[in-house]
Parts: sequence; C-alpha cells; structure tokens
Amino acid sequence: MAFSDIVSMLWGGTGETLWMVLASTAIGYLGGLPLGVLLTITDTDGISAHPVLYKILDLIVNITRSIPFLILLILIQPFTKLVVGKSYGTTATIVPLTVAAIPFIARMVESSLKEVDKGVIEAARSMGSGKMAVILKVLIPEARISLLVGVTIALGTILGYSAMSGVVGGGGLGDIAIRYGYYRYETEIMIITVVVLVILMQLFQWAGNLLAKKLDRRRG
Amino acid sequence: MTAVELKNVNKQFPGMSYKALDNVSVTIEEGEFITILGSSGCGKTTLIKTINRLYEPDSGDIFLYGKNIRDTNPVELRRSIGYVIQQIGLFPHMTVRDNIATIPKLLKWDKAKTDEQVDRLLSLVQLDPAEFRNRYPSQLSGGQQQRIGLARALIADPKVMLLDEPFGAIDAINREKLQNELKKIHAESHKTYLFVTHDIREAFKLGTKIIIMNQGKILQYATAQEIICKPADRFVKELIQTTTDVSKDYVSGGEGI
Amino acid sequence: MAIIEVEHLYKTYQSKTGEVQALQDINLSIEEGEIFGVIGLSGAGKSTFVRCLNLLERPNSGKVLIDGRDLLELSERELSLERRHIGMIFQHFHLLMQRSVLRNVCYPMEIRKVEKKEARQKALEYLRTVGLEDKARAYPVQLSGGQKQRVAIARALACEPRIILCDEATSALDPQTTRTILALLKEINQLYGITIVIITHEMRVVEEICTRVAVLDQGRLAEMGTVKEVFENPKTPAARRLLFTKDDDWGEADKEEVEHGIF
Repeated sequence: MAFSDIVSMLWGGTGETLWMVLASTAIGYLGGLPLGVLLTITDTDGISAHPVLYKILDLIVNITRSIPFLILLILIQPFTKLVVGKSYGTTATIVPLTVAAIPFIARMVESSLKEVDKGVIEAARSMGSGKMAVILKVLIPEARISLLVGVTIALGTILGYSAMSGVVGGGGLGDIAIRYGYYRYETEIMIITVVVLVILMQLFQWAGNLLAKKLDRRRG
Repeated sequence: MTAVELKNVNKQFPGMSYKALDNVSVTIEEGEFITILGSSGCGKTTLIKTINRLYEPDSGDIFLYGKNIRDTNPVELRRSIGYVIQQIGLFPHMTVRDNIATIPKLLKWDKAKTDEQVDRLLSLVQLDPAEFRNRYPSQLSGGQQQRIGLARALIADPKVMLLDEPFGAIDAINREKLQNELKKIHAESHKTYLFVTHDIREAFKLGTKIIIMNQGKILQYATAQEIICKPADRFVKELIQTTTDVSKDYVSGGEGI
Repeated sequence: MAIIEVEHLYKTYQSKTGEVQALQDINLSIEEGEIFGVIGLSGAGKSTFVRCLNLLERPNSGKVLIDGRDLLELSERELSLERRHIGMIFQHFHLLMQRSVLRNVCYPMEIRKVEKKEARQKALEYLRTVGLEDKARAYPVQLSGGQKQRVAIARALACEPRIILCDEATSALDPQTTRTILALLKEINQLYGITIVIITHEMRVVEEICTRVAVLDQGRLAEMGTVKEVFENPKTPAARRLLFTKDDDWGEADKEEVEHGIF
C-alpha cells in the first residue's frame, strides 16, 4: 500500500474515531451526569435520601456495566437501527458507545460528588440552600476537578471501546487495525494505528490534567 | 458625680512584654469629654473596651455610676454605654433608620417611639431625616456614615459614650466638621465622653481633660493647659514638643478647653 | 418573647448498640441580643442541640421556636426561607474551596437571589467588618485558620441574621486566634445586636464572651444561669467537673491584632 494512501487512511480513521469518541462522551455526560447526581443524592446520607430509588438505579447501572461492550454492541443493534436508521457504520456506533458510557460516567460522577466534604454541604443547607442549589452551587463546582479527571478517564475508556467498532463496520482507527492488521496480516499498519491511539489517549490525558491544574483553586 | 471609675485594672495579653493595662486607676466625672491619647499599643483601646466589657480585665474593678459592671446586667450595660468605632460598622443591608434603631430593637421600644427618636438623632447629627432615613449605607459618604454611627450610639441616651478613633478614616475637612459637631453635641448633652485618639491636635481640641497613656500606664491625666505647662515626665514633654503649634494654641489661650 | 425558645426537646439516635438519647427534655429560652453559651463534655449533646436550632437535625419531639415560629411546623420550603436568616459557623469553617473569598461571602445572597453587583458590594462590606477586605480575591486555601473563620463570619453576616449559631467555632484554632475570633463575635454582637449562641467544650470561651450559659450533661440540661452564677456557684457535678478541668493558657497574643481589636 502506498505511503500516501496509508496516511490518508489513518487521517480518515483518526477523524472517525474522534467523532465517535467525543460525540458519545458528550451525550454520555448528558445522561450520565444527571444520573450520577441522582445516585449521589438518593444514597443513604445524600440530601434526598431515597433508599428504594437508590437501589433500583444502582442495580440498573451495575447490570449495564457488567455487559461486555462487544456483546452490548450486538445486543443493541435493533435500538441502534431505530435511532439512526442503520445498525452499522461510524455514526451508528455512537449509540452503543453512549449506552455503555452513561452508566460508567454516572458511577464516576457519583464517586466525584461523594468526595465533596459533607460539612460544606451541611453549611450550604444551614444557609437555606434548596436541593438544586446544593447540586448546582456546591456539589458540582466543588467536585469539578475530580469531575474533569473523570472526563479524561471516560474519554480514554470510550476510546478503547471504539476500537471494537470494526465488528459493526464502524470505521475509525480500531477498525483499521483489525481489518489490516488482523485480517490481512499487515502488522505495520496495525502497529501504526496503535501508536496513533496511544498518542490520542495521551493528548486527552495531558489536556485534562492541564485544565485541572489551571482550574483547581485548592492549589496555593 | 463620678461616672466611670477604674480601680487597679490589669490586663495582660500573653506574649506581650508589658501589660496592656498596668494597674490602671482613674476617676472620670460626669459631663467630661475625656480624650485618651497614646501611640499604637499603649492600651487606650483596651481601656475603653474593658468599660463596655468587650475585654474582661484580669484583675481590678470598673464602676459605672458606682455600680460594678460585673454585677450589671448586660442589657442595662448596653443601654448605658454608647460605642462608636473607626470602621463605623453599619449593616449594609439595613436602612439608616434600622441601623440607628439597633439598640431600641433590643430594648423593645415601640415603632412610634423608635421612629421619633431616629428622626431626632438624625437631626442632631445634621442629616435631614426625610432624606436619609430610608437610605442604605452604600449610598452615604464616609462622613455621613460616621454620623449614623454616632446617632446609633446616642439613641438610647447612654450615660457614657465610648469612641474609638471614630474619625480616623475620614478626610481632614470632614474630620474637622465632625469634631466641631461632636463637641457641640457633647456640650448640650452633659454626658460623659471617652474618646480615644493618637492625634495630639484632636485630643487637645476636644478634651476637657486628657489621659496620656504609654505601655499600659496612665502618665498624665489633666487639662490641656496643665499638660503643656507641667508635663508629668519626659515622655509627655517630648510628645507635646512634636507638635509645636498645639502648645502655641493652648499656651496663648487659643482654641481648646 | 425570647428570640429562641426550646420546649421539651428530645433527640434519639439509632446506633449499633441500640438507642442513644442525645437530648432529653431540653427547655430553655434565649433573649435577643444575648451571647448564650452551651457547654458540656464530648458527647453531652451540644452539637446535636445547636443543630436542632436550625433543624439540621430534626428532634424527635418538642418545639423549636424562632421568634415565636415553631420550625418543626414548617414545610421544607418555609424552613429554607427561615434558615436564610440564621447564620452559622463551624469548627472546620466549611468554606467553598473553589470559590474566592468574596464569592464565598456572596453565597447566602445568591440563595436569596440578590442581584450580583449589589451582592458583591455588600460582600465587600461584610469583609470589611471582619477586617479582610484585602483578601476578597484570595482563595480559602491561601488563608490561615483564623482568617477562614473570619470569612465564615462574614458569610454568616451576609445572611442578614438576627441569630448566629457557633458550633465549636474556635476549637480548631490556636488560643491567640481564638481570642481574636471571640473578640470579633463580641463586637458584632455589640454593634448589630445579633444574638449569638455558642457551643463549646472550653470554659474559657464561655468566660470570655457569654452572658448566660447552659451546661449539658449526657443529653440533659444540668444547669443554667449567668456566667457569673454558674462559675462562682456551680450547683451540679457536671458544672463543677467542667470548671475544675484547667484549660491550657491562652498563649501568645498578636499585639497588633489585640490592641486594635479585631479590625
């Protein structure tokens, strides 16, 4: 394969991967953030303790997370078809990626929010803050660094999942790695795609850490 | 009649090499305007703060009109002593009227009486009641705010007024105006004023008698003329000499007492 | 009518070993303008008590009357509204770490939907009252314990409170800073007439600023009276125990701070 062809293929693949990963992470947060908040506040010492509701949500999240992504990809195909019109391709893959992302993100959000000093929450309540105020003005802002780190982790994890999109003709770097590296034994291409994936992962990590450092007011 | 008396009052803040109040005894007669003069750390603020019990002395007694303040109930004490500070301390979210009415509220005066007295005090401090009573502190100048602070302290008709460098943060022109007005208010009220300052001119201008303090001790307690003509010690003498026109004013019988 | 009235207050907790009676039949009233101390050994119920005053803890039975209104009869929303005018400061300050000092003080005003510009202006005034206006743009991590507590006090003032509750507010501070904070509270009480309820296990704190004091012992009100009465004539073993536990000396004082009061 000509060098210029390889480059254009990788460029295209990177674009597809980024599209899949960023879109599913973003939509994942759209669902995962509120779900994570819900988990936090309904737990036993949360501000809106609802043990039954917590148990239900907890169960749903655990079940969804225990399904291996590859299997989820396939199981969810009818739903994917419903949403985007077809069950294969790059855009279609965003659906299973998002479905896998939401509970994962919810758990991380829950973990971040639960780190917030309970005393600060108590102080906010003592000043007459309602529940929304506690969530929007205390929980999320005070946990923002941890939440940011969570975004970095989410991006990395979903990047990993996206590599399996080749199974449903999803495109992206992972697909290239499998098609050329695995099926056609063109190992060099496989290695190159892995390198690009690693670089992408590092980029997410680096950007996340930089932003976290800049925004963290707890650093004297 | 003796308004305020301190008997052997001591106050030590640990870590300081000298006492803030070192066996201080002083008798202040009713109707006097006493200025307490000294540099930073001399004990002047500590002295007045023991009178309204913001500080508790380590030993010694303080009497307000013959009654030991330790035995006086705090509500009574609050009503008998007015307190004005440099930083003014008006509540930003309360109107001028409500700020002045702080003590009346605690004393549970009825609204009519409170409003009447608030207006009276506003006039006393040269502020038009109709214009000012519903304003907020942020809408006032520093000088106006301090007048409100004064009104707030005066409203319950306290027998004794404690003023801690009240004009320190005010510009020179307004300061002079306020000094003159305060003098007038005092003269018409026959109340006892204790006024802390580090400014010699101010001390000599306002005080019927002056207390000069250094390192927790009272060095001299006398009229302005006496201090200038017969300074108690070298410290006092040097203090006077730092401001030559002060002496000039008083020795030649100028403005003052 | 007293500004705070507590009637037959009971609070029980469920613990592993069974039921714990944190508060048993507490009755007392606090007059407006007072500085009221509640003292007791660890476990005496003082923290539970102060939290019942703004219902951070809900008593099992009894009445908590603020200005005649029983907090226990209020809906969630009404309670929030009531709390917006009760200030509270804590042992560990509990400032929002990701917000500047100024914005921390703005918080209670944001809750009351005060316009941003006005809130910031007032916040600066409150910071001036506690002597920290030059730290408005700083973040809590850059402040000392005493400074953090002063910010917390400014924040409490931003509630436009008639009452400020202090839960072991000086227990995490060194003696010198403690004195500064207590002096500030006293001055605030003097100037604004705000009622202060101060919970502590330290006798010297009560001695320094309180007018009256209640002694709690194992959830019960053992003794109550003026500081002078209780200190000179402790009637109960609980009170005597507290008095004769000699606290450490107050320690070094910051001359500058002390001489100029707290400003």
